[in-house]
Amino acid sequence: MSTFAGTKTPGFDLNSLRMNILVGVIKTPDTTAKIAFTDNNTRLDTQGVAFIMNPYDEWYALVRALEIKEAVGGQVTLIAVGDAEYDQILRKGLAIGADDAIRIDTEAMDSFQVAREIARQVRAGSYDLVFLGKETIDHNGSEVGAMLAELLDWPFLSYANKLELNGEVATVNREIEGGVETMEVSPPFVLSAAKGLAEQRIPNMRGIMMAKTKPLQVVAPEQGDARVRFASYTLPKEKSSVRLIAPDQMDELVRLLKEEAKVL
Amino acid sequence: MVLVYVETTGGEIRKAGQEALTYGRKLADKAVTTCVALVLGKATDPAGAGRYGASRVLHAGDGALDAFESGLYASAIAAAARQTGARFVVMAHSANGKSLAGRVAVRLEAGCVSAVNDLPDLSGGCAVRKGVYSGKAMAEVQVLTPVAVLTVAGNAIQPVVVGDKAPVEPFAPELPARKVRVKGVDKVEGLVPLPEAEIVVSAGRGMKGPENWGIVEELARELGATTACSRPVADSGWRPHHEHVGQTGIAIRPNLYIAIGISGAIQHLAGVNRSKVIVVINKDPEAPFFKAADYGVVGDLFEVVPRLTEAIRRSKGSH
Ligand SMILES: Cc1cc2nc3c(=O)[nH]c(=O)nc-3n(C[C@H](O)[C@H](O)[C@H](O)COP(=O)(O)OP(=O)(O)OC[C@H]3O[C@@H](n4cnc5c(N)ncnc54)[C@H](O)[C@@H]3O)c2cc1C
Ligand SMILES: Nc1ncnc2c1ncn2[C@@H]1O[C@H](COP(=O)(O)O)[C@@H](O)[C@H]1O
Repeated sequence: MSTFAGTKTPGFDLNSLRMNILVGVIKTPDTTAKIAFTDNNTRLDTQGVAFIMNPYDEWYALVRALEIKEAVGGQVTLIAVGDAEYDQILRKGLAIGADDAIRIDTEAMDSFQVAREIARQVRAGSYDLVFLGKETIDHNGSEVGAMLAELLDWPFLSYANKLELNGEVATVNREIEGGVETMEVSPPFVLSAAKGLAEQRIPNMRGIMMAKTKPLQVVAPEQGDARVRFASYTLPKEKSSVRLIAPDQMDELVRLLKEEAKVL
Repeated sequence: MVLVYVETTGGEIRKAGQEALTYGRKLADKAVTTCVALVLGKATDPAGAGRYGASRVLHAGDGALDAFESGLYASAIAAAARQTGARFVVMAHSANGKSLAGRVAVRLEAGCVSAVNDLPDLSGGCAVRKGVYSGKAMAEVQVLTPVAVLTVAGNAIQPVVVGDKAPVEPFAPELPARKVRVKGVDKVEGLVPLPEAEIVVSAGRGMKGPENWGIVEELARELGATTACSRPVADSGWRPHHEHVGQTGIAIRPNLYIAIGISGAIQHLAGVNRSKVIVVINKDPEAPFFKAADYGVVGDLFEVVPRLTEAIRRSKGSH
């Protein structure tokens, strides 16, 4: 369990501790979805595909934002860059506990467009923190957070699996290869959330009812060019069927791994 | 010109850095240009980047760069890209690379493609392939800007030594003030980290309990492999969380992935299906993992795993 260590220093102006947090959420196909493409392999075939809120956004980024708000006060706002089909995941985020939501009404072409739109809303509002997921599980980009931080000239704490706020100083643990890096930073900053940052919350009936009346603002996008284009998709070649080796033939398995697969 | 940002740990060029350099050198060959390496912070042997094909090395040794910060590093990399007139900026798709690429791309007004698998097709600009939908498909991504920032997926390319030490030039870009204080790094000692491991031995609920992991560790030791596990195993505290692979854990792409007593649920496969070769050991012939496997052993893991360890030991003896 991640615990919250946001202690309110006596004599500190409580209002200055309030945190307004913007949480980026994206919808992705459920991982169990069968992936196929249409329009000459240029578009995902969404027929029969169930969409979910990107797990890193829902389970970790959003929940940690809510925990901070619950401890120090403030506001949690969701933001999604996407078409009307996103309203459903924004309502889910509101049901989990976010206060309001903004949807930028466009199908983004690339990560940069997403980052630019979110940056525009950050500048227009008064946010102390922006939380994102560590990556989108569909395009596995891990690009938006860094771009957004650069556009805002804010620090970027990526792959955070622990965040504690103490007054104006945040201590963040960040996943790196084979270990964890601990850093200190003061708001404002952009953070991307990994497993460990919080525990998943399931919306309850009351939350779901309340979500229906919470504000969801739809904003027109800014014009601008994309910098990359997902031109076409291919499915991997079917794996040839598995080669079975009898449980008492382990020397043969080792030989195959050496001579045929060449991985030993 | 191809600029490669080379990651170091403890001053040494990391494997991820060697892979990025090899990718950069091959890309430079393809684009008929040269490959320049950029090393940031303390480094024991920056000239060593030449072994992987860099024709020269820029070394920014400013102490401000000894600890990582994405904003600082990105400004140094972008400055080097401008100075060298780089058309491609290449780095590893590592924890640091992922936090840098987007920043560098914004600074250079460049298109960014992360976790690329192949060299780009340069016939009509720059089009490059990457895995999407958790490894269930590949996408071809076109870069629409004059400059491209690419991160190279781990284990997508084998480091190749092609040369010798390269000349090192000191590089002193103007740096912004530090905003993030690095307080410490906790490393799991002695192990090859999962994302970099070439061989991974992974086990699931079929192990019955944490007390049985000895046979898994022994197999891993014999192979020089890193150990991993399925999510329920980490969730129930049988193994540490950093071993959890899959959709919600770490995604890996080793050369060899050995799955022991793991059923092969789609969320598990999402993190491991990019492995080059998959061996599955499971007593249930209907386990879904066999459909994703190259080699399979239907049998009781408590018998099969020690036998496999023995067989590897024997094969080493015979050389
Ligand atoms: C949203 C979501 C995200 C998830 N993310 C992940 C993730 O990131 N990673 C992940 O791993 N899972 C994830 N899961 C869970 C996943 O769906 C499976 O439940 C999980 O992978 C199963 O773990 P397992 O294979 O170890 O256990 P089981 O499914 O219980 O399989 C145990 C296997 O061991 C075999 N076995 C038993 N005894 C023996 C024996 N003596 N010898 C040989 N074989 C034996 C059995 O035949 C069986 O196939 C996620 C689930 C959801 C819903
Ligand atoms: N279209 C979008 N709208 C809102 N947030 C997004 C969008 N795309 C990505 N994000 C956020 O950025 C994170 C990283 O995404 P990516 O860079 O695509 O891997 C996601 O987990 C989201 O929090």
